[in-house]
Amino acid sequence: MELFRVIKPGFFTTVQDLGRRGFQRFGVPVSGAMDEYAFTIANLLVGNQLNDASLEITLIGPELEALHKAQIAVAGADFPLAINDNLMAMWQTINIEKGDSIAFTGGARSGCRAYLAITGGIDVPPVLGSRSTYTRGGFGGNEGRPLKAGDTIRVFASEQSVKAKRILPPELVPSYDGELSVDVVLGPQENMFTTKGVETFLSSPYTVTPESDRMGYRLTGTPIERKSTAELVTEALVKGSIQVPSNGQPIILMADAQTSGGYPKIATVATPGVSRLAQAKTKDKVHFNKILLSQARIQYVEYQERLRQLENQLVEQAF
Amino acid sequence: MHSSPKYFPIGDRALLVKFGDVIDLQINRAVHTMSNALEKTKIKGVDECVPAYASLLVYYDPLKTSYDRLVFQLKDLEPKLVEFGDKEEAHEVVVPTVYGDEFGPDLSNVARAHGLSEENVIRIHSKHEYIVYMIGFMAGFPYMGRVPDIIATPRLETPRLRIPKGSVGIAGNQTGIYPRESPGGWRIIGRTPLTLFDPYAQRPTLFQPGDHVRFKPIKADELETPTKRA
Repeated sequence: MELFRVIKPGFFTTVQDLGRRGFQRFGVPVSGAMDEYAFTIANLLVGNQLNDASLEITLIGPELEALHKAQIAVAGADFPLAINDNLMAMWQTINIEKGDSIAFTGGARSGCRAYLAITGGIDVPPVLGSRSTYTRGGFGGNEGRPLKAGDTIRVFASEQSVKAKRILPPELVPSYDGELSVDVVLGPQENMFTTKGVETFLSSPYTVTPESDRMGYRLTGTPIERKSTAELVTEALVKGSIQVPSNGQPIILMADAQTSGGYPKIATVATPGVSRLAQAKTKDKVHFNKILLSQARIQYVEYQERLRQLENQLVEQAF
Repeated sequence: MHSSPKYFPIGDRALLVKFGDVIDLQINRAVHTMSNALEKTKIKGVDECVPAYASLLVYYDPLKTSYDRLVFQLKDLEPKLVEFGDKEEAHEVVVPTVYGDEFGPDLSNVARAHGLSEENVIRIHSKHEYIVYMIGFMAGFPYMGRVPDIIATPRLETPRLRIPKGSVGIAGNQTGIYPRESPGGWRIIGRTPLTLFDPYAQRPTLFQPGDHVRFKPIKADELETPTKRA
């Protein structure tokens, strides 16, 4: 079903789900929502399955015209959102009528990425098992590219529309400050750095540079001292890997990261921190906090439990 | 087998099994053997394996298993790996390649670096048989070795911003092919019309690890000839 016509595409709006698993051995990145936490909430607010595809909106949002009635929700970075020129809150179910205009009327006030979920999920053909857009590879999502004016967005017809408005309680709405601390597990190559280098990494703030995107966050700060400029025999990378090239400036690999590389990795960001990093934008500051694998494991289990509980914590109100 | 592999945690949901620190065919075979063994044994909690030159990345679900438990199971698997052997028969792939000129802008500097003629570099590069060690960096990019020392040349000091699709490059003792236009630092000596990656195909990549590859020099006017995937 054709649901939206794109009037303005926004800065970089792509279709994403939870990503493409099982093809990294062929060099295919995972892709998927950068902030899985906000992505999940947007889907829950419209009664979707967790992996249903939605729009990932970056810094400047789109303007859409509804061709049908529908239910939508926007979660993530704090945007001014207007339906037919009336400001509308994020983090809740919104009923849309045919002919409505859905407009992000300004840039993100805090955070970097928001998710616009639609009941039923976006209907694009899965490529290698996922609807996520991988723009560098030119496949997935809407023709492998960001939205442009004139595009039509299709959704799956769905019976599961929510009967009452769902709202995320305000105390559960994340705040995206210009400064964040993320937990990291050191390794696997922390021994390629000097003791001073590891200390620098864990004690100095690093600033997000404009050369940061879905592939990786390039940070700048006090150079992290390496024992040598040697590189590794190319090995596989994960989302959250922190590479340090010989210039000592860290690069955090994100959703569209290449599947392998040869720079030494000082640490890996723990899963909950990767979603929070996805909301960091140019000039934001990042601190790295060392945790042990045993702590990371406990936090991971708690994080998944929190995600699982979210649906029960939504408040319901009559429309 | 070699000395036992080493295990490293990678964040909270992956681990790295490291078989060595060098590009070596035997080490690489051990990596792929363990990767295949993991696919067949279906150890609880293992999500995805990503083999590289000398290491295997294993994603796991921390809600179903743990790092310690998985390392214990993988160590238990080590002595049994010989039973798994190679996954399938290696394919032979011939890569038609136009060498030099605008298709291989670094052919001349590779030749100069070794005091060889361009014809000799072409002859040496195309006479040799290469093994695909891994696919990585970008979708469908084959890392192949081993390039003979007499033409092995390090990466460019300043990577190019744009390398055309199908470019054949050398980086040290490795040779590879860019499946798509991309920035990159490999020394480009030629170009092939083959399609290396097609996300809509049943088998998305032209190459598989373990494949035997030869480059076949062709003329520039053959580059545009539509070529079917092998």
